[in-house]
Parts: sequence; structure tokens; C-alpha cells
Amino acid sequence: MYLRCLRNLHSYRLLSAGLCLLAFSACQREKRELRPSPTRLVVFSDAARQSDIQPGGRQSQPVVANPSHGSAYEISEGARLYDWYNCSGCHAGGGGGMGPPLIKTDWIYGGEPANIFDTIVKGRPNGMPAWGNRIPEYQVWQLVSYVRSLNNLEPTSATPARTDTIQQDTAGLRPRPTGVASSGVTK
Amino acid sequence: MHIKTAPGIAFGALSLGWLLFAQIQNQPDDGQWVMPAKNFASTRFSTLTQINTSNVKDLKLAWTFSTGLTRGHESAPLIVNDTMYIVTPWPNLLYALDLKQPGGTLKWTYSPSPSASSQGVACCDVVNRGGAYYKGRIYYNTLDMHTVAVDANTGKEVWKATLGDINRGETLTMAPLIVKGKVLVGNSGGEMGVRGWLAGLDAENGKLLWRAYATGPDKDVLIGPNFKPFYKQDQGSELGTKTWQGDQWKTGGGTGWSWISYDPELDLIYYGTANPGPWNPDQRPGDNKWTSTLFARRPDTGEAIWAYQTNPHDVHDYDDVNENILLDLTINGRLRKVLAHPDRNARMYIMDRATGELISAEPFAFENTTESVDLKTGELKLNPSKITGSKTVRDICPAAPGGKDWQPSAFSPKTGWIYLPHNNLCMEFQGTQANYIAGTPYLGAKVRMYPGPGGHRGEFSAWDPVKAKTVWSVKEMFPAWSGTVVTAGDVVFYGTMEGWFKALDARTGTLLWQFKTGSGIISQPVTYKGPDGKQYVAVLSGVGGWAGATVAGGLNAKKDGTAALGFGNAMADLPDHTTKGGMLYVFALP
Ligand code: HEC
Repeated sequence: MYLRCLRNLHSYRLLSAGLCLLAFSACQREKRELRPSPTRLVVFSDAARQSDIQPGGRQSQPVVANPSHGSAYEISEGARLYDWYNCSGCHAGGGGGMGPPLIKTDWIYGGEPANIFDTIVKGRPNGMPAWGNRIPEYQVWQLVSYVRSLNNLEPTSATPARTDTIQQDTAGLRPRPTGVASSGVTK
Repeated sequence: MHIKTAPGIAFGALSLGWLLFAQIQNQPDDGQWVMPAKNFASTRFSTLTQINTSNVKDLKLAWTFSTGLTRGHESAPLIVNDTMYIVTPWPNLLYALDLKQPGGTLKWTYSPSPSASSQGVACCDVVNRGGAYYKGRIYYNTLDMHTVAVDANTGKEVWKATLGDINRGETLTMAPLIVKGKVLVGNSGGEMGVRGWLAGLDAENGKLLWRAYATGPDKDVLIGPNFKPFYKQDQGSELGTKTWQGDQWKTGGGTGWSWISYDPELDLIYYGTANPGPWNPDQRPGDNKWTSTLFARRPDTGEAIWAYQTNPHDVHDYDDVNENILLDLTINGRLRKVLAHPDRNARMYIMDRATGELISAEPFAFENTTESVDLKTGELKLNPSKITGSKTVRDICPAAPGGKDWQPSAFSPKTGWIYLPHNNLCMEFQGTQANYIAGTPYLGAKVRMYPGPGGHRGEFSAWDPVKAKTVWSVKEMFPAWSGTVVTAGDVVFYGTMEGWFKALDARTGTLLWQFKTGSGIISQPVTYKGPDGKQYVAVLSGVGGWAGATVAGGLNAKKDGTAALGFGNAMADLPDHTTKGGMLYVFALP
């Protein structure tokens, strides 16, 4: 089903990207009852653009509809998958570690849903794994929504209050602002 | 580097009578620095005396060199034949600087072009701990699982060996040690469900001669008839599979990412294996041998001679990889060949290095996770209230980076003390279910660290290995994450994560001199004699590593304390104190 959609998408090249993606997300909804397929061949065209410079003048960026957008259920699924696929191992709870923070304002590869989708499916050169063969497409969208929700880019009505995994107010565990200055010898 | 086993002469005058300096004597100090730990015994002691306690206050910056990189710089510069060699973090460049030219002119740069993707599987920044010189070549590891041999004169690659696959989460960050024509290399990736190993390569051509795994069947661990562990719990066959459930040993960690020492007389190499995986201990019942274990092996074959599992069934991420300083000490009236091993669990293990018998194991930093080490049975008694699992446990001290992490200590035969840069950190640990996907983290833990008692996060102290106690200690705001070097001039050097490079009086701990470098220091300082006959001290500045990830990786630890495996919480304010940037600083007297 999904592949047929893509084939359509290719044969109607003249359709605007927006229309294509409408068709594509409609297929996506249908697909949900079927066995999920790997996410290999998604083509976003200009919607996953990564440059602010467009020769000949700025064009508005086509918008890809994220099928998980604004759904509390999909976002909480995204949160679960974020641990299940070990995103949390590299990005922690969004603060980062082996990978960059995902609670951020300056995205390396863009923060639009299509950009984050691309990041997850294709990977990124400095060590972000390419998950295309591993994560079914609808789950990628759930992850996209969850990652965006960390940055308040999903409607608050759909975003759960952030769970503090260790149930304790850890603000008190932070180093005091002044810290302890390097000091003399103790014997 | 021509290390002779013939007895040397240099040290008689400096000795305190109760010390024998076999290893140091074997390597008369010629003012060079050919391997990160200075010598096989890993003492990081230099016989140079031009810079000493009375004149170090006049130390001045001589020249600098920018590495052009901004991740954590952990390596030790090497100085051989009037050339300085610097190995950088990823992309693992090797710079050769001509010391005969004023200001250390760049002779050549060698670039091994490691895979960019390897950066994503390096647990704790894309660091490299340096290279080693041997018979006209520089040997070092690249993050993406290669060992290279480079002609020290021309910078031409002689060979490049592939030792593993980053798709399994393996990387290489350690500095190799070259012993009897064998390049000894161990893998990193204990946080990724990697199976740990130490390998011996032929220095001539890079051919793999042996590989000793840390887990699995005896034949893989290179355990044979000559394996004689001192304590009962380490004796027996096939413990590398029997102390695990099912196939868990295949993803069980025990990597060899840190230091190796060598005793030419006993013909034994010493190193420790890292933590078991995953971090959540409830997912791997059993002792999990041979993770978090000290090994003595033959350098020619890798054959295991003895082993002591320091932290059986580790429940705190206490790797056993810290350095082993080889010393000959008179303890209770008996001359003992010992190794001194400051463990992650905050205890200083003094062991007979011929047999693996414990002599002492006293805490050198604040800790509440262990109750005792029985010197008769070798048994480590844990504090039951600090044992982690699929639950939340608070106020665990030391935290996962341990009382001390990789930052190597030094030993002065003049004072008889070990100089220890270390940590003062505690943590809370919540065990979760880890899911193994090759090439991704295999952790099962959410951790937050914070400063230990007193509020300071680091300390630099002098430890008496005979009396097994601290002599003096200096507090640091941040973990003391740099290595150290001590000299016959009774000066000890180290750097802080704010960027101060400090010289202390080795006898009293008094601060004699300091210089503020451009970025935090997490590297290994060295000292050498230049072609002009002057003594120089060199150190790389450039914050990062696990402790400095909040700066080097631009983490957002203020919003999420679990950043950097929980180290972020303790280092959330580091960006307010330093910025990134790799630069070599070289100092001399005017
Ligand atoms: C093995 C470690 C690792 C794992 C696992 C991992 N990432 Fe990443 N991720 C990285 C690294 C490293 C980068 C930076 C890549 C670069 O700069 O080229 C990155 C980049 C990203 C970015 C781009 C950030 C930006 O600023 O543009 C997003 C979004 C992201 N990851 C989300 C995820 C999600 C969702 C998962 C789980 C499906 C995941 N990552 C799993 C290491 C990882």
C-alpha cells in the first residue's frame, strides 16, 4: 500500500508536493491496520529542506502533515519508543550525551517534522544511526511528535507533563551556583 | 625507545631506603617522553630537576599550538628525538612539531580519516588518550576501530589494522602500550553491550597475534593451565560463561579501554576490564566474570596468569580500568613487588603483582557503597542499601565515574607517595529495562550525579601506599579529570576543568604556581628536556570527556540532569566556567 502510494507519487511528478503528501498521509492512515513496513523510500522533496538560502529568492517551505501531530496517544507512544529504540541512551531525556541535546532551539538538521523524520530514517553523518530499516513509518512519526513535544512544538493539550523518571526534586542536587572555589591543603 | 632490563644506576641517592626502583632504573631518564605513562611501571615520574620547588613560581609560557579541534583533549604529548607528537580527539590527527625550531614548528600532519559515524557510538566524548613511540614509529588508535603505525620521521602510514566494527558499538580511545614488539590494544564500548577484549598486534605489520576476551569460554579469555588466581572465587574453569545467564556474556562488556603496565622481570602485563553491561544489574544475574577484573597476562601470547575480580557483579558502573602503578615497596618489613590500583570503587588496591594477593585496599575518596575488603578471602562486602537494580537508589557515593576514573596518577620515589587526581561525586540510580540493539546504548539506568560531601566535585591528593592513607589533599570545584606528572624537583603538575594548570609542592601540597589556559584541562601533562637543554612542561588544554560533555557536546543538562549518563547533572554549571578549544601549552623557566 505504502509503496503503491510512493509509485503514485512518482508517476504524478507534476502534482505539488503538498498534494503528494496528502495522498501519502492518507495511505498512512489506511496502513495502520496492516503489518507495518520499513521506512525506506520516503521522498519529501523540498519539505525537508536544510538551507535558508534558495537561489533566485526565498520560497515558502512546503509543509508535510505529520499524522501524529497533536495526538496525546501518539506522543505518549513516541515517548515509549524513545526508550525502546534506545534514543534515550544517546540523547538522554533530551539533554544529550553521545548525541546532541534534543531540547534545543538551534537544530543542526532542522526542526520541522519532515526534517526530524529524515534525521531518524536516513541518519546523520556524525553518528546518528539510520533507522529506516528498523522502525516502521508510523512509529517514526510518533517519535517525531515526541521529539517536537520536548520543545513545546506540539499542542500543550496533547503533551503530557514531563515525567521525572527519578521521583524527586533534583534541583537541590545541582551544584550550587558558586560551587566551591579551589582551596588550600587539608591534612 | 630501548628499554633494557639491565639494572640501572641513577636512583640510589634519591631513595628513601625502603623503596626499590627497579622499573624506573630500567629506564634512565633521558628527558624524552615515549609513552603516555612515561615508563612501563606507569609512574609518570621524571628525573628532571631544573624546574623545582624554589623556582617553579617563575615558570613562563614558552609557546602554544592550536589543534584546531573543540572536543575533549585527553592525550599526552610524546617527545622523541627533538620532535613532539600530538594525537587529537576524533578525527585523530597526528601532529609532529619540530622542537629545534623556535616555537615548535609543524613538521607534518598525519590524518587517518576515521569514519564520522564513529562519533555517535563513543560513550563519553570522542577522546583519544594518546600514542606510543617504538623503534621509529608512532602507534595509536582511531575512534573507528583502527590501530595505525606511522613513520615518526616522515609521517607516512606504515600500516593500518582493522580491529572491530563500529556497528557493534565498539570504538577505540585508549593509548596502546608496546611491549616486546607487540602493540597492546583494548576496545571501548561498555555502554553499548560490546564484548570486551585486549589484543596483541605485531608491531612490525599490524597482524593480530592474540585477542583475549573478557567474557566467554576460557579459550576465548586465554585461560589455560598456567592460570593461577589467588582467591577461591576466581578459581575454576569456564567462569566467563558460568557466571552469566545464557548468552548474556556475549553482550556483557568488560572492555579494555584504559591503561596497561608491564613488568619486564616477571614478564607480565597488567590491566583491568571495564563494567559489565547493561548497567542495570538485575538483568545480568551472577558474578559476570571477567568484567571489572584485574588481569596479569603474558605479553607474547595473551595467556592469563592471574586475575582478581575487584567488583563482582558490579552494580555501580565501577570499571576496573584505572592504572596499575608497579612499585617495589617494603611493607611490614618485607620487600614486596606490588601494583597500586586506585579503583573506581574509591579503594586503593595494593596487591602482590606476582601472585595477585591483596596487601591493602583502603578508601582514598569518600564512599558508602562498600563495607570492607577481606584481605584473606579477597571478598568485597557491599553496603546492601546501596545495591542498585530495577528500582531507585539514592545517595550512592562514589557515582558511576568512581572515586577516580581514567585520569592517571603518578608516583614519586622521592616522597614515596602516589599523586591522585580524583572525584567527589554521588548519584541516584534508577534501574530500567535495557533493550539490546547492536550499535546503540545498552544501559537500563537513569542516573543523576551531584557533588559529594563538602560540595566540591574533585580533589587532588597524595597517598602513602605503605601506610595506606592520605597524606594531604587539595579540593577542586570540578572533578580533577586530568592526569598528573611528578618530578625529581618535587613538583607535581595537574590541570583543572576551569583551565588552571597548577604546580604543587609534592611534599606539602602547597600551590606554587598556576596559569589559566584557554579551556578546561583533562589531558596528561608531561615534562621533557628540549634540544636547548632546558626543561619544559607541556599540557593540552581543551575540555570534554565524560566530565566535560556539557561543554564539548553542548549538552542541555540544566533542563535534563540525566544528560551524559547522569554526569550532566553534576556539571550543568561547567559552561559558565569554561569554553571549548584544543590548544597545547608549553612552559619553561625564563
Ligand atoms: C548511537 C547513538 C544514537 C542513537 C541510538 C540515536 N541518536 Fe539521534 N543523534 C546521534 C548523534 C551523534 C547525532 C548528531 C548527528 C550529526 O550531527 O551529524 C544525532 C542527531 C539526532 C537528531 C538531530 C538533532 C538536530 O539538532 O538536528 C535527532 C532529531 C535525533 N538524533 C533523534 C533521535 C531519535 C528519535 C532516536 C531514536 C530513534 C535517536 N536519535 C537515536 C546519536 C544517536
